[in-house]
Amino acid sequence: MELHDVWFVLIAVLWIGYFFLEGFDFGVGVLTKLLARNRPEKRVLINTIGPVWDGNEVWLLTAGGATFAAFPEWYATLFSGFYLPLLLILVCLIVRGVAFEYRAKRPEENWQRNWEEAIFWTSLIPAFLWGVAFANIVRGVEINSDLEYVGGFGDLLNPYALLGGLVTLALFTFHGTVFVGLKTVGEIRVRAQGLALRLGLVTAGLALVFLLWTQADKGDTASLAALIVAVVALLVALGAVKAGREGWAFALSGLTIVAAVAMLFLTLFPNVMPSSLNADWSLTVTNASSSPYTLKIMTWCAAVATPVVLLYQGWTYWVFRKRIGTQHIADPAH
Amino acid sequence: MELNLALAPETLARWQFGITTVYHFLFVPLTISLAALTAGLQTAWVRTEKEKYLKATKFWGKLFLINIAMGVVTGIVQEFQFGMNWSDYSRFVGDVFGAPLAFEALIAFFFESTFIGLWIFGWDKLPKKVHLACIWMVSIGTILSAYFILAANSWMQHPVGYRINEAKGRAELTDFWLVLTQNTALSQVFHTLSAAFLTGGAFMVGIAAYHLARKKHIPVMKTSLRLGLVTVVVGGLLTAISGDVLGKIMYEQQPMKMAAAEALWDGEEPAPFSIFAIGDVDKGHNKVAIEIPGLLSFLAKDDFTSYVPGINDVNKAEQETYGPGDYRPNIPVAYWGFRWMIGFGMTSFALGLLGLWLTRKKFLLPGHLRVGDDEVPHLSLLPGRALGPTLTKWYWRIAILTLGFPLIANSWGWIFTEMGRQPWVVYGVLQTRDAVSPGVSQGEVLTSMIVFTALYAILAVVEVKLLVKYVKAGPPELTEADLNPPTRIGGDSRDADKPMAFSY
Repeated sequence: MELHDVWFVLIAVLWIGYFFLEGFDFGVGVLTKLLARNRPEKRVLINTIGPVWDGNEVWLLTAGGATFAAFPEWYATLFSGFYLPLLLILVCLIVRGVAFEYRAKRPEENWQRNWEEAIFWTSLIPAFLWGVAFANIVRGVEINSDLEYVGGFGDLLNPYALLGGLVTLALFTFHGTVFVGLKTVGEIRVRAQGLALRLGLVTAGLALVFLLWTQADKGDTASLAALIVAVVALLVALGAVKAGREGWAFALSGLTIVAAVAMLFLTLFPNVMPSSLNADWSLTVTNASSSPYTLKIMTWCAAVATPVVLLYQGWTYWVFRKRIGTQHIADPAH
Repeated sequence: MELNLALAPETLARWQFGITTVYHFLFVPLTISLAALTAGLQTAWVRTEKEKYLKATKFWGKLFLINIAMGVVTGIVQEFQFGMNWSDYSRFVGDVFGAPLAFEALIAFFFESTFIGLWIFGWDKLPKKVHLACIWMVSIGTILSAYFILAANSWMQHPVGYRINEAKGRAELTDFWLVLTQNTALSQVFHTLSAAFLTGGAFMVGIAAYHLARKKHIPVMKTSLRLGLVTVVVGGLLTAISGDVLGKIMYEQQPMKMAAAEALWDGEEPAPFSIFAIGDVDKGHNKVAIEIPGLLSFLAKDDFTSYVPGINDVNKAEQETYGPGDYRPNIPVAYWGFRWMIGFGMTSFALGLLGLWLTRKKFLLPGHLRVGDDEVPHLSLLPGRALGPTLTKWYWRIAILTLGFPLIANSWGWIFTEMGRQPWVVYGVLQTRDAVSPGVSQGEVLTSMIVFTALYAILAVVEVKLLVKYVKAGPPELTEADLNPPTRIGGDSRDADKPMAFSY
């Protein structure tokens, strides 16, 4: 295994980490409309991710920075090519971050409601768009001999990609619902269980179609194995929700995300962005990667830093392990 | 989208980078300095258990959080806009420039974001000392972040530790350690961090002055005033020293930038320092110039007689090295940017020095001017005499106004250093016009520029209003929970059904 293969795996790990973690906090954002019945419940939801969403988001920045360093051509083609969707995602992430931090900083109801509205939309839109983006990467887009994206914005909105968007949106929302079941106490916890069952079924249907489509188009044995893991994990997660085993349900909904994203990366390899115009124009781990020296330095950095990051991020979840209910939300906000 | 704006392809992309980056950097220096200052105040609370320190921690911590939220979200754009608008730049330099960015994310961003969450929500979940450690971790994270990104920028100012791979058409890293430790990087880090503390100090002084002028929250604000003034003076002094070091390095590495900063058209021996100039860019000389003889030689080379090359000389030399072309940056922007940077920065330093003297402590004051802990200090310029009420009022007013000066200086500093490097994006290696995304249309760039500018403008209004609200409100009253932090990680069990000390 050469270093650029290692970095293909590490980039996949970073995206998987991002979707696992920010997946549930996007989901919680969507649930502020789907699950919460009143404003104290909305606040309970928002506070389940309060201490952690920012750290979760850094997985994206790290995936971006690591792609820049390890696969500059991939970084350049992807973000200049998917220009407008990325712009929309960035706008959402900007507003979302400010919304979390500023919502409770004024007592006026209007102020708080506006930011709550923002949290919903800025969670929903990126949850959908990341699926669209990754489906397009897997499907292949119009890349010319200079490794430039030459397709238009409309080309990105094909049925396969839109289905991919619905899958990530549904899967993240399901993952978020299971997370809420694990982190809350009281009536909202009970309702989260009911909603998780219904959402899980929808997610299973959408994901099965999308993953089978992917498998039929691009799959091999390894991707088939990942597909089976993803689907089985999702079904067992549903069983765990029904049985009230919340910890297991969360681990399994997470495993679904891990396996599904891993499957997408498995179908890509050794490409990183296949060209739909000419297979020779595809970006691959070889023609898109940095020099061995840079990859070696990056490998050392990742090998030392990643375990430490996992350790202190994990510790954060342990510090905030207590369940939250409406009784824990001080009123008025301060 | 097809749009023909009769602009060079890089013009809009440069405007967008300028707008988003200058805006981002309004928050960065405040974040760096307020993290450390808040950590310092909290340390004082943990060590002395004096309530004024806890109140100060809560007050400045709140302003810090309002500020860092904006710094974080505007930073996300920075991570991605190289790929969006500057894809040919990314392809060419990714092998070198990407690594410090990835290090920044993996080491600094995770640190900052994780420990800030722990600090915000940890008041009733972490024992006192562990909670204190969290804000110090955030502070370390902000400084590491500055270091890595400035090392990356320094490589654009003075590329080292790389070779050009002709076959792949890109720069490749050969010595990462050199990229991280070259004198350009170290002096830029030194200069930027000291300016950050000048900025945070002035922020503290201004807000403390606002309350002291109204005789409110005196114990907390007196402590803040002194801490702010000391920070301004130390930060200002170090900014001046590091600026001198960086300037001398730039005379070696980018003589064009420094000649433009002085509107020195033709080399002189000794070279004068320009106080005021009106130039004619087409003809390549100044129409009006007021100068101090020999001073520029001193700034550049440490003596009053050395030769300093001018804009026309460097332009000719670069034409010989790199082929025909105009290698001059926008001279008026470089010239005035340099002056605004130094002028606003050093004015705030001087006012800090004045403030430190005016509010000097007991042992330098005669008995009748000394005050108790809950009284506003007398301002005393001459030994034994306090300023009258009018002058006192004016001092407080000027102190409040000074709050904005370092922000202006910082912005001009970056505009100067980035525009002074033009037409290069990587000095001597890659020109800005060759760095843009060839596949991105003018319409797309214009769209994103309008979207970001409008969004940033709205958020600026929201942010400033929120800051003003919390500044005016002053330090919060302390609660039982504040004074009785938990002894166990995760919170004490007796608190199981209590509302959280902090919730969104």
